[in-house]
Amino acid sequence: MRRVEAMGRKSWAWTTPIFHLHRASCIALLTLAFVGTVADAEDKSTASRGSVQAKLSYCKDCHGASAQGYPGFFPIPRLAGQQPEYLKNQLRAFIEHRRTNNVMFNVAHSLSPELMSALAANFKALNPAPVGGAPRRFIAEGKKIFEDGLPEANIAACAACHGPDATGTGEIPRLAGQLYPYVTKTLTNWGKERGQNPTEPDTSAIMSPVAHSLSKSQIEAVAAFVSYLR
Amino acid sequence: MRPILFKILTAALAGSALAAVAAHAENPAVRNCTWCHGVSAHGYSPAPGLAGQQYQYLANQLADFRTHSRDDPFSKQYMWGATENLSASSARDLAMYFSKLPSKPSNDGDAEVVAMGRTIYQEGMPDSNIVACVVCHGPNAEGLGQIPRLGGLAYSYLKRRLEQWAEGYDAAAGPPMPDISRKLSTAQINALASYLSFIK
Repeated sequence: MRRVEAMGRKSWAWTTPIFHLHRASCIALLTLAFVGTVADAEDKSTASRGSVQAKLSYCKDCHGASAQGYPGFFPIPRLAGQQPEYLKNQLRAFIEHRRTNNVMFNVAHSLSPELMSALAANFKALNPAPVGGAPRRFIAEGKKIFEDGLPEANIAACAACHGPDATGTGEIPRLAGQLYPYVTKTLTNWGKERGQNPTEPDTSAIMSPVAHSLSKSQIEAVAAFVSYLR
Repeated sequence: MRPILFKILTAALAGSALAAVAAHAENPAVRNCTWCHGVSAHGYSPAPGLAGQQYQYLANQLADFRTHSRDDPFSKQYMWGATENLSASSARDLAMYFSKLPSKPSNDGDAEVVAMGRTIYQEGMPDSNIVACVVCHGPNAEGLGQIPRLGGLAYSYLKRRLEQWAEGYDAAAGPPMPDISRKLSTAQINALASYLSFIK
């Protein structure tokens, strides 16, 4: 319509058949293009419902009915509310053996990228209460380390990257509500489990100096603190 | 004089401690259990072994029998009555007593399918969406806290428990065992039960 106006009020272009034909074909093309895109999106970038639901239920057998995590013989981490980019990076790290875990290698290596995206999106949407159970006497010290860091040990505040509410962002994981035994074990064993391919350093390298510099009681404190965050 | 007095006192203490253990095994409440579960609590079909079982798991089961939330047929037939008048403190004492007894493998599974059972237990079957039991139950099927020891339990008992979850019994125990059990085939259940029955 604007072009018609620009041509001047007295333009009669809009009454001509060619104008209407042009407009109709534009609309038709745009509609086809839009529908085509949506259809492609459904076919290519989302996995079929059946397999997503089955796989999700499988994940939840270990990670909990609401993906809240579970303190089994080996602590199984919370996935609820986790950053999708972080989750997908970890799944790839398991597959490529950059992160050592025999069970998760088996789980991950048969997942397609589409399925990984669908699973990660499902987990992001969950928000159960934290499992809890960590010693409460550690929380105060943990909060201090989380918010202020340990300048004398050259350790930045966790909040600086993980966010003031520990929900993470992008490839930086959510820590809020994560299991206490899982966080303590992860920080303690960082170099043994993550970044296992020295020729292919990954984002785990960022945490390596932090994990190494924290003392046992500092690890316990910060793990207890984040475990209660909602 | 003093060394002799010390020796007498030590001997008296040791004697009384031994008497306490012996009295506990003869304790009427314990004997009510060992009638069915075996003198050394290693089980006597259909009653499972209790020796070396996780304390919290035992305590939870006794509570679940009392509230009837564990409702499989044998539990209903035997354990509901057995726990009807069991006080909470007695239940705790019994659970603690049995948890400290040495366990012994039943060794009554099918040796031919142990390898398959080990694979399912230690690695899972991701393509069938079957989890690796090891993650919760431990590398030696010893369990932890409310998660039971499976190692050494009788083949028939383990098989029956897995089948019962798939049939809908004991649903109140909550996820994930019912969901896991529903995905297992008969052959897989037999293999798991066999593998576990041989674990020390």
